[in-house]
Formats: sequence, structure tokens, C-alpha cells
Amino acid sequence: MARLVVDPITRIEGHLRIEAVVENGTITDAYSSGTMVRGFEKILKGRDPRDAWAFTERACGVCTTVHALASVRTVEDALGITVPKNAELIRNLMFCTQYAQDHVVHFYHLHALDWVDVVSALKADPQKTSEIAVAISSWPKSSTKYFAGVQQKLKAFVESGQLGIFANGYWGNPSYKLPPEVNLLAVTHYLEALEWQREIVKIHTIFGGKNPHPNYLVGGVPCSINPDEVNALNMDRLNYVGSLINQAIAFVEQVYIPDLMAIAGFYKDWAGYGGGLKNYLAYGDLPTRGYRQPEYFKFARGAILDRNLSEVYPVNGHDAEEIKEYISHSWYSYSAGDTTGLHPFAGETEFNYTGPMPPYEQLNVEAKYSWLKTPRWKDHAMEVGPLARLLVAYAKGSTEVKDVVNEALGQLGVPVTALFST
Amino acid sequence: MRSKGYSRRDFLQFCGYAAMVAGISRSHREAVAQAFENKPRPPVAWLHFQECTCCSESFIRSSHPIVAEVLLDLISLNYTETLQAAAGSQAEKCLNDTIKNDAGKYILLVEGSVPVKGDGVYCTIAGKTAESILQEAAKEAAAVIAWGSCASNGCIQGASPNPTGATPIHKLISKPVINVPGCPPIADVMTGVVTHVLVLGRGPELDNQGRPREFYSRRVHDTCYRRAYYDAGLFVESWDDDKARKGYCLYKMGCRGPVTYNACSVTKWNGGVSYPIQSGHGCIGCSEAGFWDNEPLYHHLASFPGFGIESTADTIGTVVGIGAIAGVSAHAIATNIRKHKLIEQERGGDEATTQRDEE
Repeated sequence: MARLVVDPITRIEGHLRIEAVVENGTITDAYSSGTMVRGFEKILKGRDPRDAWAFTERACGVCTTVHALASVRTVEDALGITVPKNAELIRNLMFCTQYAQDHVVHFYHLHALDWVDVVSALKADPQKTSEIAVAISSWPKSSTKYFAGVQQKLKAFVESGQLGIFANGYWGNPSYKLPPEVNLLAVTHYLEALEWQREIVKIHTIFGGKNPHPNYLVGGVPCSINPDEVNALNMDRLNYVGSLINQAIAFVEQVYIPDLMAIAGFYKDWAGYGGGLKNYLAYGDLPTRGYRQPEYFKFARGAILDRNLSEVYPVNGHDAEEIKEYISHSWYSYSAGDTTGLHPFAGETEFNYTGPMPPYEQLNVEAKYSWLKTPRWKDHAMEVGPLARLLVAYAKGSTEVKDVVNEALGQLGVPVTALFST
Repeated sequence: MRSKGYSRRDFLQFCGYAAMVAGISRSHREAVAQAFENKPRPPVAWLHFQECTCCSESFIRSSHPIVAEVLLDLISLNYTETLQAAAGSQAEKCLNDTIKNDAGKYILLVEGSVPVKGDGVYCTIAGKTAESILQEAAKEAAAVIAWGSCASNGCIQGASPNPTGATPIHKLISKPVINVPGCPPIADVMTGVVTHVLVLGRGPELDNQGRPREFYSRRVHDTCYRRAYYDAGLFVESWDDDKARKGYCLYKMGCRGPVTYNACSVTKWNGGVSYPIQSGHGCIGCSEAGFWDNEPLYHHLASFPGFGIESTADTIGTVVGIGAIAGVSAHAIATNIRKHKLIEQERGGDEATTQRDEE
């Protein structure tokens, strides 16, 4: 049966291919394939464990730092090291920086074009746009003239005939639900967010030397703080970090969140689509008493099964039975047979490509069809990531998370079950 | 062009330069002129292969010009999977249209290495191998720039044992390639290279590894602000010791500054805020080919250039230990003696300059 193929999936990191089965205008099944592999597991074998963070960090430059963080924590756990308090604080600051930057960049520069019709913004009334902006936020860049200026620039760009990254898009498709004014607002903030993301990452530069890919260390962080020395991190540098944090908070509170709420309001029916795996897993983060005490993480650790928010299962990273990686549909072979599941510590990464020789039209989804291995937690398929993190924290009673989530749900007028959509 | 103050004659001359760097003969200057006149923003296609997207992320950190200016005013970025609205076949059309309609005029930017083992199955897009896409896109490109260490020298996936046969693009295409290495390269270096081509109408002068001298002519060590400590023999001995808190040289902590060509000590990172050494961690050498396989990161470089090839950091460390003041004086004296020798040699002729460059 011919499947609808979308390859490349754009506005992501890495190489993803989707093959969907469409029956009478409805997607009844879909297969996802990771079409690129580099072999980090093989490359890391035999190396000095103190170096591993630098290699692992290069898994992804969009979510820079997080793989490095996981790596140093793993080595520290193996060696029984608890990092000094300042190192914990600095790592948390770097994590929060990445968290905020990545959420904003993901929304505006990766995801937004699925919700925002850039060409429609040309039809907007700048004055109405200003009225909406002022109604939803106290962000000062909100005058009619300001939006008219952005619209003028966009108009000239579109009229040049060279649409660049907006070329051959799906403009005018009835799936776009935003009125032209909200489209113009979103496009304006797309441009503002491009400038903002450049600034906030300087927190990484101060503590870790550069962004993307700042530096870490097994045992702590490399930046030395000395308030009585010119050639170390002193008040000037710490003030800089503080100022960047304030800038970040202002943008998130006055631009990102109001935009999210405004845009989500027009797409409420999407809360009923999809639903994913119904299971959510979060290892948690933001330790406050060392990484060995997850009960004191700001983001709780736990697992939810079958959308049941009244029960959060404990997750034990030291239990070799909890996580298994399967390869039945992945282009690898295991010495004990391809239906076995292996804990990553006992993992094998032997390439075994059995797919069609390129150039190919479709993958053989009955057999192996991806470079991605399939991890399972206690043999359940689990969704991980931002939603999982929030759901686990919510279910575990984190007041900070509950307050924010409930407020958002209330403002949109949707029930908690809306959280479970795609 | 006229609106920017150029006469027709200036303009044709500019197109001549642009054509020259592109390898297009002067007789095709008119075609290039037409391209610039009728399509005021040069077409650009950005390919992704085996990479982590840190080059794309670094690019959007550019301070001057800011990336919005690049995308809206300076170039027509017709294809990049990271940012473009279209997906699947609609995205493919953007690339194919550029290759066909802008043949001979577009700048090709490549992020990522190309795997050549296993008939290229380790990286496919739209069912095609990375290598086939590269070859097709490079054929009609006016100029080719390799972003980052992945595209310039293989970077992480090229590290031993290089299971996929990750290959830098200059080894796969016959056109000249401007290599802009780094993991990732500095943002303003990236936009610097692109605007160099656009504004000056020619590619930058390249070294013997295809890297623009504009940003890669000096080692991190040559321009490092902690160089005085290196010369004086004042080193950090362990992380966050009292010497780290004074910002001493990180050579003993594994710094690869002495063997790494990059602009980090001059341009620094993220609008000049800092760079690895200034934030307390040695340079890991991320713009050099094979840097992942150059000893564990925290093993300091074997020999100790500047004090004579026979000296090692351990020996010098011992000397310092024997009597701190005496040790430091010894180094200061040694440095001064060497400096005088070098000054004399330089007065003597070219050999001295060569010797100085090799340090």
C-alpha cells in the first residue's frame, strides 16, 4: 500500500522521515524513521571517562549542554562524587538557560510556522495588532507604527519574489486558524525572539566559555569564582548573568507566554487530536541537594502509565531491568538475537542495514526501518520530554508546576485531559 | 545596486570578481551581473548531513550582522531543513529549483560530514544518500562553504573508529571549498565569511587547509590573553585551585591552544563575552582535524614549545616547586634570554621569522 511520505521533516534537529497510511483523508497509521546514524556508542568505547561529556554533548547542538550534563552526572554517579554546591548552582543556571532558550526558539523558529501563516500577516491591520498586543501583555514594543514597520519589511520581502525559508510553504491552507493580526504579532515576535536567543545564551558563555557547546567537567564546573580577583568570575560577571536572567524572564513572561496563550486559544480543537503513547517518563532535574537525592529535584522524577495522574511510579536509574533498548525494527543486530532487549550499559551497536538501497521510495516497515533503537521502560513505550516533565511534576504535587498549568488550562477553558493531546 | 551608489562600471567589475572566485569565466560575467541585478539577494542553499546542528545554532547567534538582516536583506536562503516552512517534497522542490533556476549563481553551504561506508546508507534524505545530494548540489554551485568541523574534517563521527566512514566534503567534490572549522565555528566568523564573499566580491584568502586566513591565521595560543602566564611559567595545577582563581595558564589542564588555529582568543564567543580559556577550561582544539583523537582532553600536550622541545610541563613544574621564587625567576630569565635570542635572530634575517612562526 502506498504511504504518504514526508522526508525531510523540517524544523527539527537531525534527519526524520515519516511514512503515513492515509485512508479516506484520515491518518490511520504512521511510521517514523531516523535516517542518519553516527555511531557515538562505538566512538566512546575505550575513552577516558572524563572526556565523555564533550563527545556526548555533540549529540545535539540545539539542545546543547543537556547531553553533557547527563554524561558528567553518570560518571560522577559511578565514582560516587557529589559536586560542590556552587557547581550544582551553576549547572542549574546553565540548565535553566538552555531550558528557556530552547523552549522559546523551538516555539518561534521551529514550531510556529505550523500555526502561523506568514503571508496572512500582510493583510493585518497594524492598529488592531497593536490593540491585541497591548491587551495580552505589558511588553513595551507594541505601537501601531512598530507593527506597520514590520509589515512593511515583510511586504517588501515577499514582493521581491525571493521567499527564502518561507518559499513553497502552505500559506492560505484552511488549517491555519489565526486572524491576520495575530499572524503579524507572531511574525514580529519571531524576529524579536531571534535577537533575544542570541543574548540569553551568554550565560553559557560566562560559565562555560561558549555557546553552543559550553564546557563541563566531571566533578564540577571549570569556571573559578573569585570576587577578589580581576581574572576570575567576579561581581562584574555575576551581575552580567543576573542581568541576562532578568532579560530572559521579561521576554518569557511578556512575549512568549502571552503569544502561546493567544495562539493556543485559536487551536483548542487540536486538544482532541492524537494523544501519543499515554505513558510519560521523566528523570527529573534541578537538584538542590546533589544528584543522588531526586526527591529534592525541582522537577520530580517518576513515570505515569495510561494517563493516570493519580499514580506516579518510581524510576530507579540503577536498576538494570527498567530500561531496555530493542532493535526489532532498527538497523542493528544483537549477538543474542534481534528480539532481545539490552540495558544501555550492556548495549551493542552493530550496524545492520537491511533497508532498501538508495534512492528508495518507501521503507519496509514490516521489517527494520530506522537507525533509532527503541527504548522501553519496564517494557512500556514512554513519552519523554517537556510534557512528560510537567505531567510527572504535576502528578507529584509540585505546587509551582500545578499553579502554572492550572492557570493556563483555566485561561484557555480546557480540562486537564487537554494536556494529553499530540 | 544603483540605489546603493554603484555605477554600472563598478557593478560589472564587482561581477567580474564574483565570477572569478566562483570559477566562472569572465565571458559569463553578464550572467552573473544579471543575477545580481534581477535578483538582488544571492541565492543560497544550506545542506545538512551528519551533524548536530550546532553550526546552524551558532549562525543565528551572529551579532553583526544579526541573522534577521542576513535572511531578509543579504541573501535568499532557499533551503535549510532547520528553519524552512516547507517539508517533504515541498522542501525538496526548494532545493531542486535553486539548483536548476539559479545554476552557477547560488552559494552552497554544507553543515555535516558525508558517510561513504555501506553505500552511503548511514545518512539519507528523501531516500537519497547524502553523497548523491552533495554531488548534485555542488555541481552547479558558484561557491561552496563547509561549515564547522563536521564538513571540514569529519569532527565527532569521524573520530576513531569512524564507523560510518564520515568524510569531509572537500574530499568528495572537485570544486574548491572554503573550510570554516570549529565545533561549532564562532557566529561572527560564519557571517564574516559569508559577507566577505558578498561584500568584497571574492572569497577570502585560504591557508593550506582551505581555511580563511581572516579567522584562522593565528593559533589560540598566539593571541591568548593568558599567554603572559604561559611565558612566565604560571599554571593552574588542578581545577579551582588558588592558581585557577587567579586565572593562570591552563596548559597543564590540557589546553590545546598551542596547536589550534582559530579566532577564539581575538573575536571570542557570543559577541565577545568570553571564550573557553577565559571561563576556566582549556581549549579542546575543536577546529583542528582529528582533535577528538589527540590524547585524552586533560592530558597536557607532550612537549612544551617555547622552553625548548626537550622540556615538559612536569620538568618545569618541578623546577618551580624547588623554590617558588627561584623557579619563577628562572623562568623569567629563561624567557628573557629566549626573547633576546629571537630579537637578534630576527635582525639577522628571514630564518628567524620562520622559526618564530613555528613556535
